[in-house]
Amino acid sequence: MLTLDNVHTYYGKSHILHGVSIEVRAGEVVGLLGRNGVGKSTTLKTVMGLVRPSEGSVTFEGREIGGMASHHVAHLGIAWVPEDRRIFRLLSVMENLRTGLDRPGVTEARRTALLDKIYASFPVLAERRNQAGGTLSGGEQQMLAIARAMMLEPKIILLDEPTEGLMPRMVSQIREIIEVLHRDGVAILLVEQNVPLTLEASERVYIMEKGVVRHHAPAADLQANHAVIHQYLGV
Amino acid sequence: MGIPFDQILIQTINGLVNGMILALVASGLTLIFGIMDVVNFAHGELVMLGAFTGATTLAVTGNFWLALIVATLAIAAFGAVLQVSTLRPLLGRDPLTTILATFGISLVLQKYALWQWGPSARKLQEPITGQFTLFYLQYPWYRIATALLSAAIIGALYLFLKYGKFGIWIRAAMQDRVMAQAMGIPVPSLHIAVFAIGAGMAAASGVLFGPLAGVTQNIGADFTLRAFIVVVVGGMGNLGGSILASIFISLLEAYASLIVSPSQAVIVSFVALILTLLFRPTGLFVPTPK
Repeated sequence: MLTLDNVHTYYGKSHILHGVSIEVRAGEVVGLLGRNGVGKSTTLKTVMGLVRPSEGSVTFEGREIGGMASHHVAHLGIAWVPEDRRIFRLLSVMENLRTGLDRPGVTEARRTALLDKIYASFPVLAERRNQAGGTLSGGEQQMLAIARAMMLEPKIILLDEPTEGLMPRMVSQIREIIEVLHRDGVAILLVEQNVPLTLEASERVYIMEKGVVRHHAPAADLQANHAVIHQYLGV
Repeated sequence: MGIPFDQILIQTINGLVNGMILALVASGLTLIFGIMDVVNFAHGELVMLGAFTGATTLAVTGNFWLALIVATLAIAAFGAVLQVSTLRPLLGRDPLTTILATFGISLVLQKYALWQWGPSARKLQEPITGQFTLFYLQYPWYRIATALLSAAIIGALYLFLKYGKFGIWIRAAMQDRVMAQAMGIPVPSLHIAVFAIGAGMAAASGVLFGPLAGVTQNIGADFTLRAFIVVVVGGMGNLGGSILASIFISLLEAYASLIVSPSQAVIVSFVALILTLLFRPTGLFVPTPK
């Protein structure tokens, strides 16, 4: 469904991605592991149209999307949950959700159903619906960021380090949400530093180093073979 | 030296009336800055074009309110064209580029107005000619009406931003343009819409202000300067702050003109600007940043 083929990107003069190739099939959870600064977030930003690939192609459902304006990318069914969450801090929780919900073609019944689903998964967001996004705790902001992405009813969610800096209880909640999304048939490209969680949640895993994919294997194989993990991630 | 109470009251009303007209100009300017990071130095010229368009429409139709609506819509459309043709290609460049571009546009528009409408001031006839007695003065009702109408337009803008779907989009894009666009919000079209709204509001204030002074090609520059001061004092991109600052600065000038001549009273707004930049550069009417 989503295919990156030999993607190169630059920030100014620094070469970040050196020919990244990744594939995510419909409904699949794919992990993307790697140390800090190897280009994982840049890979997601390139898919989202925030960084233009200088070489290579990004296709979604057979259509070239490399360098497409990000609102068009979103309309195709790709949602992004960025690393720093990027909650609209001065907007209320409900207004944050509405940024994804107020799309053309969403009926009143559909709106209600979507909101009910979110509030069932994240009861705390229902409680705080009229509170400004900036006043939520880190974990609550992460949930809001995921819930906001779900409002787009995406076919795939690009999830960037969702468990970073969260308490263990919150981490297991994120793990559950990934499970729920997977059951609903939403594909996920999961960028993480948390190796156990990634191996558990994903079907396949890519390991990146210095702007390229070094290793690619089913998650089960990596779970059995810790030498590879140790080699690239040092854990 | 004691200042009589009646003079203070008169100046308070004057300050409020001027403040509301200025707030109408400044809220468009601050909205445009908030969403595009562009300080529109041609904003005053949109006030001026609005006033001329209103004067022309009034001369043809004889209806002031129709002239107000026509000028607002015409200049809003002109603003949209201006955004697409001049500002959009410069978006994301060095701020100096857009400052120079909008300054250039303001010069072009001033000279165009001179060429099109000539150097002599045009009188816009006010639609309400009644007056009421305020101490020793006959105070025109029209000035009160202007303030109320400005407040109504600003109130409508507030409700639109607070509750409307597009209002939420605009506020989201003002806070984080990249994230808003990644949520599927068509930010480039939003920029055009916001510029058009700002231009329309500027034009409306031009028509409302027209009867209070004459309409010449120079009235814009004064508005740009004052609105710019207000936007800085109120906190760049902060709508509520700009409105409060408009009233604050106008009252300050009104009270100062009790003591010095009105042309010298303008100095107090510059003093307020400099003090704000020195001691509270994020603006007077915003919560203290953490």
